[in-house]
Amino acid sequence: MIIKFTSRLGNLLMLALAAFWLIPLLWMTVTAFRPRHAALSGLFSLDFTLNNFATVWSAAPFATYYLNTILIVVCVFAVQMLTASMAAFAFARVTFAGSSIVFLLFLVQIMIPADVLIFPNYNVLKQLSLLDTKLGIMLPFLASAFGIFLLRQVFKTIPAELEEAALIEGCSQWQVLWKIYFPLARPTYVAFALVSISYQWNNFLWPLIITNSVENRPLTVGLSIFAQSFEIGVQWTEVSAATLLVITPLLLIFLVFQRQFIESFMHSGIK
Amino acid sequence: MNARLRRNGFAWLLLLPSLLFLLLFTFYPIALTLRLSLFQADLSTPEPVFTGLGNYRTMFQDEVFRKVMGNNVLFALGTVPLGIALALLMAVFANKALLGRGFMRSAFFYPTLIPMIAAANIWLFIYTPEYGFMSRLLSWFGMNDINWLGTPGLVMWAMILMIIWKEAGFFMIFYLAGLQNISKELYEAAHVDGVGRFTVFRKITFPLLMPTTLFVSIVALTNAYKLVDHLMIMTRGGPNNASNLLLYYIYETAFSYWDQGMASALTVVMIAVLLLIAAVQFFGLDRRIHYN
Repeated sequence: MIIKFTSRLGNLLMLALAAFWLIPLLWMTVTAFRPRHAALSGLFSLDFTLNNFATVWSAAPFATYYLNTILIVVCVFAVQMLTASMAAFAFARVTFAGSSIVFLLFLVQIMIPADVLIFPNYNVLKQLSLLDTKLGIMLPFLASAFGIFLLRQVFKTIPAELEEAALIEGCSQWQVLWKIYFPLARPTYVAFALVSISYQWNNFLWPLIITNSVENRPLTVGLSIFAQSFEIGVQWTEVSAATLLVITPLLLIFLVFQRQFIESFMHSGIK
Repeated sequence: MNARLRRNGFAWLLLLPSLLFLLLFTFYPIALTLRLSLFQADLSTPEPVFTGLGNYRTMFQDEVFRKVMGNNVLFALGTVPLGIALALLMAVFANKALLGRGFMRSAFFYPTLIPMIAAANIWLFIYTPEYGFMSRLLSWFGMNDINWLGTPGLVMWAMILMIIWKEAGFFMIFYLAGLQNISKELYEAAHVDGVGRFTVFRKITFPLLMPTTLFVSIVALTNAYKLVDHLMIMTRGGPNNASNLLLYYIYETAFSYWDQGMASALTVVMIAVLLLIAAVQFFGLDRRIHYN
């Protein structure tokens, strides 16, 4: 009886905490739909408006920012998928000389991610004359050690008999990779896609450093420039509306794939 | 022999594209940094001048650097243990809750997905004096307004709170995965023996989640040195460097003061810190944990 009561109480407390976790999002969403005077007055009223979104959309080139971000996210993931699948297949299913050393090299990328190498990577990009280009934003992320480890783990669980059968049928190893391993690892690709997409969608410091023209700026950089172009405390409704514009696509993708995402993470052997 | 050669060649071909990017954007830049850190290369020296360990000597005498390192340790101590404990609690409930399981998972996880820049905008507003959420809350209780981000003694705690909000749901996912991997039979046996819930947690769940805790603590610790986007929007390291962190200091040194030699030396320190964290995992803690 007492145990049941405490566990129910715990449940309620966690629900309260979950509600608490939502406050920032709710607070911002409400603010985004309020006229400025209502948002700042702090009193409850029923004033709601869509004007903030219209102002934001016309005040800064958000359409360009959106296109840039989508282009970057899609290209990076497409290339990552190709490079990581290939490398993961080599690590999981081919015995070759030097495999453990190369594996160790990739481990270093996990320990020292591109985020901390901003300054040296800036110099590399300068040497390549790729500053202020979308290609420059993508380049450091085209090989993903995280993706390689994730996929290697899954490829290892796929029975080798399938591969042998396919080889006997006359498939090449290359075909085995794309016709057997690739489709069978689909749930893991979903998890990998969500991690990669949210990472690139959210990436900020690197594109901030290397871009300085509107044509190449992604959403995050655009948003920060927009937010900082105002006197603090004056245009909160517009900033909230802009922030909402930036995060909504990600939240929608997450809500749609939530189950698949959390479950494939649970079963992908990351512990 | 021929088959072996072909197999080796095939493997290396598969690895080639990934390796190329890895070398170009991880190993080559690290080598570049090590070299440049030994030079004086700033606005007053158009051609870099070799100074040996000069940058490192200046760095350790620099008060801001010491403050930044101290801040980073405090930031790690503030975010890592609490974030992990909270994540574990979230996972235990989001795994089994009778009511609102999906709601809990989404509510805890969504901050992970949104860009730090967006989170920083939201929290800047929450912490804003007079109009912000915190100020409203305090005024409802009849308390005086507090300038969270403008007070040196408070700004770090305000940041720590926000980062815990941002990260805990991410760590929860790994704990959820860990919980799934514990065999149900253990719980059934404990249930048959009439063992209490807290004892079950202490004797079964918690020890079996140790590998997860280790993994999560490494990620959390690394993040404590990696997360800086929020500083751009919220404080720019201020007031008086009270919220400045190592990576932001690197950014300032490189791109505001254009002191390339010093920025390189600071990056070397950063790499050393991250390698140290990784080494602790591989050689220290890892051996003492029993994997199931």
